[in-house]
Amino acid sequence: MNRNGNTYTVLYAAIMVTLVAAILASVSMALKPQQVRNKEIEKKQSILASVNIASTAENADEIYSEKIVSQYVINTKGDKVEGDAFNIDLKKEHAKSNAEMHLPVFECKTDEGLKYVLPVRGTGLWGPIWGYISLNDDMNTIYGANFDHEGETPGLGAEISTVPFEKQFIGKKLFDDKGTLYSIIVAKVGQDAPAEHKVDGISGGTITSKGLEQMLLDDFTRYEEFLKKKKS
Amino acid sequence: MSEPLFSKKNLKLLSDPLNSSNPITVQVLGICSALAVTAQLKPAVVMSISVMAVLAFANVIISLLRNTVPNRIRIIVQLVVIASLVILVDQVLKAYVYDVSKQLSVFVGLIITNCIIMGRLEAFALGNKPWQSFLDGIGNGAGYAVILIIVGFFRELLGSGSIFGFKLIPESWYITNGGFYANNGMMILPPMALITVGIIIWVQRSRNRKLIED
Repeated sequence: MNRNGNTYTVLYAAIMVTLVAAILASVSMALKPQQVRNKEIEKKQSILASVNIASTAENADEIYSEKIVSQYVINTKGDKVEGDAFNIDLKKEHAKSNAEMHLPVFECKTDEGLKYVLPVRGTGLWGPIWGYISLNDDMNTIYGANFDHEGETPGLGAEISTVPFEKQFIGKKLFDDKGTLYSIIVAKVGQDAPAEHKVDGISGGTITSKGLEQMLLDDFTRYEEFLKKKKS
Repeated sequence: MSEPLFSKKNLKLLSDPLNSSNPITVQVLGICSALAVTAQLKPAVVMSISVMAVLAFANVIISLLRNTVPNRIRIIVQLVVIASLVILVDQVLKAYVYDVSKQLSVFVGLIITNCIIMGRLEAFALGNKPWQSFLDGIGNGAGYAVILIIVGFFRELLGSGSIFGFKLIPESWYITNGGFYANNGMMILPPMALITVGIIIWVQRSRNRKLIED
C-alpha cells in the first residue's frame, strides 16, 4: 500500500488515535479508585499536619479517627447546619453567595487541649492553593498550619508547603487588641506589620505569597462570625 | 543483527550527548525546562530522571513504528506517542507512588513540551533500530541531566546556601546574624539560570575548540 497516500494516512491516524484513546481511558478507569483513595488519605494527613501531628499513609486513617473528635458544617453566620464536613468541596462553596455558603470545621483533641481546624482555599500564581489552619480554643491564636498547592513553581512559590514556612504561623493572632479581624500579613522584605500578624513571604514567590495572604483574609472573614460566637 | 549490544558505535550513542553533542549546551534544546526547574537540586534530579525515562521509551516506540509512519503526519504521531507516555506515567505515579507524583507535580506535564524528546525522535529514532534508539534516548537524557544538575547545584548553593535542602553555610555567617554573608537572591530567579548555562557553554567550548562556530 502507498504509505504516502491519503487513504493510508487517514486510516493510520484514525486507528492510532482510537487505540491511544482506548488505552488511556481504560488505564484511567482502572486506576481511579486507588487515586481517589490516595486523595482522601492525603486530606486526612493534611488536617492532622495542621495540628502538628505527623502521620504516614498507612496509619492516617487510624490516627484521624482517634484525634478528630468532631466534624461539622457551619454557615457564614456561624450556625451549625446539616452536611458532610469531610467531603465538602470548598471550590464549589466559595462560588456560592455568602448566605448559601457552607463551611466545614474539624475539632481535634490534642495533648494541649481542643483545637479547631479550618480549611482555606485560594489562588496562587499558576493554580489553586489550599490549606488547613488550626486554632487554639481562644479562637484567635494559630496552633498550626499546613499548605499545599497544585502547580506553584518548585523552589519559589511551592515553598509555601514546606515546614519552615508553615512553622512561622504558629502563635500568630487573627484578631487585634480591639477584637477586629486583622488576619495574617505575608510580608515582603522591609514591609511593616505587627509581629503577631506577620510572617515572612517567599523570595521569588511574591504572587504566591500575596495569594496566600488574600486566601487567609477571605476565609477568616467567612469564618469570622463562627469564631466570635465560639469565643463568647 | 550480528553487531554486539555494546559495540563501540553503540557506546558512542551513550557518551556523545554527554559532551560533544550535548542536547542543552551544543544543540541548545530543552532550555526552557532547564531554566525553570533548577532553582534547587532535588527537582532538577527528579526532572532529569523523568525525561530520561520518557525519552528512552518514546525513542523505542517510534523506532518500532518507523517503517509504518506516514511521512506527512510523522510529527503528529510523535506527539501522540510522547503525550500518551507522559499521561500513562502520570496516572501510574498518582495511583501507586502518590508521594513521588506530588513532588513531580508540574514537571510530568512539562516533559511533553521538552524539545529534546521530539528532536531525538525526529533526528534519530525515525531512522534507527530500537536498541540503538534506546541507547540514544538514555544518552541524551543523561546529557540533559548533567547540565541540569550542574546548574541546580550552583543555583541552590549560591541562592539558598544549601544542597538538597541541607544548609551548608553556617547560620552565624549571615548578615542578619551579625556575619558577613548573604545569599544571592538573583540565583533563584530564571535569568541567573540562563547566565549559568551560558557560563557552562563557554567553559565547554573553550575546552573543546571543535565546537566553536565561525
